[in-house]
Amino acid sequence: MSSHSENPALQHHFDDLKQQYEAANMGMWAFLAQEIMFFGGLFSGYTVYRYKYLAAFIEGSNHLPIFWGALNTVVLIASSFTVAMAVRAAQLGRAKSLFNWIISTMVLGVAFLGIKSIEYADKYHHGLIPGANFTYDSPMAGQLKIFFSFYFVMTGMHALHMIIGIGLMIWLIPKIRRGAFTAEYYSPIENFGLYWHFVDIVWIFLFPLLYLIGREPWIQL
Amino acid sequence: MTTTSTTEAPSASGHHADHDVNYLNNEYGIKSWLLSLDHKRIGLLYLIMTTVFFVVGGIGAALIRIELMTPGGDLLEADTYNKMFTMHGVAMIFFFLIPSVPAVIGNFVLPIMIGAKDVAFPKLNLLSWYCYMVGGGLATFAIIAGGIDTGWTFYTPYSTTYANGYVSVALFGVFVNGFSGILTGVNFMTTVHKMRAPGMTWFRLPLFIWAQYATSLIMILGTPVVAITLLLVALERVFHIGIFDPALGGDPILFQHMFWFYSHPAVYIMIVPGFGVMSEVIACFSRKRIFGYSFVAFSSLAIAVLGFIVWGHHMFTTGQSIYAGMVFSFLTFLIAVPTAVKIFNWTATLYRGSVSMESPMLYAMGFMGLFLIGGLTGLFLSTMATDIHLHDTYFVVAHFHYVMVGGMVMAYLCGLHFWWPKMTGRMYSEVMAKTSAVLIFMGFNLTFFPQFVLGYLGMPRRYHVYPDEFQILHVASTAGATVLGIGYLVLFICLVSSLINGAKAGPNPWGAKGLEWMIESPPTPHNFHETPVVTFEAYAYEEEDTLLPVPGDGQTTGAVSH
Repeated sequence: MSSHSENPALQHHFDDLKQQYEAANMGMWAFLAQEIMFFGGLFSGYTVYRYKYLAAFIEGSNHLPIFWGALNTVVLIASSFTVAMAVRAAQLGRAKSLFNWIISTMVLGVAFLGIKSIEYADKYHHGLIPGANFTYDSPMAGQLKIFFSFYFVMTGMHALHMIIGIGLMIWLIPKIRRGAFTAEYYSPIENFGLYWHFVDIVWIFLFPLLYLIGREPWIQL
Repeated sequence: MTTTSTTEAPSASGHHADHDVNYLNNEYGIKSWLLSLDHKRIGLLYLIMTTVFFVVGGIGAALIRIELMTPGGDLLEADTYNKMFTMHGVAMIFFFLIPSVPAVIGNFVLPIMIGAKDVAFPKLNLLSWYCYMVGGGLATFAIIAGGIDTGWTFYTPYSTTYANGYVSVALFGVFVNGFSGILTGVNFMTTVHKMRAPGMTWFRLPLFIWAQYATSLIMILGTPVVAITLLLVALERVFHIGIFDPALGGDPILFQHMFWFYSHPAVYIMIVPGFGVMSEVIACFSRKRIFGYSFVAFSSLAIAVLGFIVWGHHMFTTGQSIYAGMVFSFLTFLIAVPTAVKIFNWTATLYRGSVSMESPMLYAMGFMGLFLIGGLTGLFLSTMATDIHLHDTYFVVAHFHYVMVGGMVMAYLCGLHFWWPKMTGRMYSEVMAKTSAVLIFMGFNLTFFPQFVLGYLGMPRRYHVYPDEFQILHVASTAGATVLGIGYLVLFICLVSSLINGAKAGPNPWGAKGLEWMIESPPTPHNFHETPVVTFEAYAYEEEDTLLPVPGDGQTTGAVSH
């Protein structure tokens, strides 16, 4: 006999909340494995061309502003902290605190995208966007175009994941205000946290691979 | 045919007042289907749409075969011919074969086999069907709007520098369709881990579940790589960035590496679920436990893992390093081992079994023979020296059709015939089903065996004109395709007419073992009245004192508590 508790969050096809929690958790990990392979394809392509055209990649990397990249890294690490606190608040059933931490995460996520768009605008003015405005004049222009193609596809895909993450928070906030999450049922928050951490970790790899190739040992701001 | 006698419902009559409510009649109306979260209804949605794409791909195949009856290009122009084989490949691979067994049969029986009410994420399951529909819609639009002529592989620079504007649409369609596979994979993997009924241990799982599990692994880890690759090609076309364009320093061979990193494992998405069907059907119609259960189970996982490291055998002639070629060649030989383990174990299961030849078993026997030829000719192609001669010839075409059509399509039809009574509650005409199985087997061989010879003699694939001396073999092939087409037509009529005038199937028409045969046909919306408790091995055919219901006496035991 299955033990149906009265919790309204329990979906009909699960026996109990524990099974539902474990399934949601495992599903998210499987999904993240998929995400790793998705970005993995991009990273492999990047690796091949970086090996082939190292000089062009160094030149291209030196056109990326370390200051904004480093600032964005700090912003994202801070957002990882706030989302971890949000999960903690959800586990303890503190709805008010959960709401505040999710809002903080959202603000940091928007800040990241704001900084990113400053960088993109800057690239446009300098004529470094392949396809839209690419005026770079150098014998290595074709190879630099590949570097900037990877820069925009990789950071673009990452930004798209950030936007999806912010969308998820917009979806979660009314539920949080309604008190849908309790100490017994918080798996959407936890799984959102996993997703957000994953997106942060991608950036932790993107930042050195794109911004820090062949830099001089002192920091050029 | 003693085993096809229908049985009483497993639950004693009067036990449930709502006895006649099943998943087909619990709700009516188009909305109840298009928004259904029931895994069984979603399986049927997939069944209908994969059949549509099978017809689309079949039309492409028919036009190709008619064109090739004569050495000159009289029916189709070169461009149209290119578009036809692309349409055939894209429709058959992305929209028929990949979703066939996992999304149709897997969706229907996987949760029932493990004693669950549904898959872990019913909403994602429905979403996967919509991804499939949007992807299929975009691909169809690309075909109607002007066609694509790149081949199903979308090789650069065919798909970048030298193709028309609809390639991007088709690429995006395949990209979106990829999410359908990923969602199905995530769903099945989680379901198998977390939704098994009490007592359903890993080694009591039917081998179909092991095969689906291995397939899910490939879907989750492979599909995203081809997704990003095709997205890069689309971006390259739209924004003229040069990732694969040699004129800008890009590398077209990198595309092939990234493409085959998914698309070779995808070959196993297109065959491993079929292996799962074989294990179920062969055990049932031999009345024996599968010989070497754990070997068959782990060989599925071995194929899934090894499948990821053999992609280079598609590229022996691209100028990849000879040492890379040697490694890929060796690994490809290695993957024949787990595959052979399966064939040997099925054969050993048949040995001294009480074999009966109902139509699903007839398809299973067809599978064994055709897949064996397909698999062994694969070894010719994984040998580098012979591959140089056979690469991109009709030998390759014949090889992969023996595996994909002789293997997977036969397995899919086998599974469809096996579980049809469970899905619809109706029996089909056994005579018609057997006729179609024989027609399909003979037609298939007549179509594709001559192509081995053609390829060996040097006929390259993807050409619509050829020297006169090849005509006799091409005519034989086209004649075979006609028989094959008639076979599919008989099959279609057979299954559809069973819905109109088929006899009631009863819960267990084959006398098979497994949870799905212990519930009503068609199943109730939640599959089980109460969560079953499993106390028996899979394929307990030889145990007299089994806890399973005995066909015909309408009696149940403690195995499923009603």
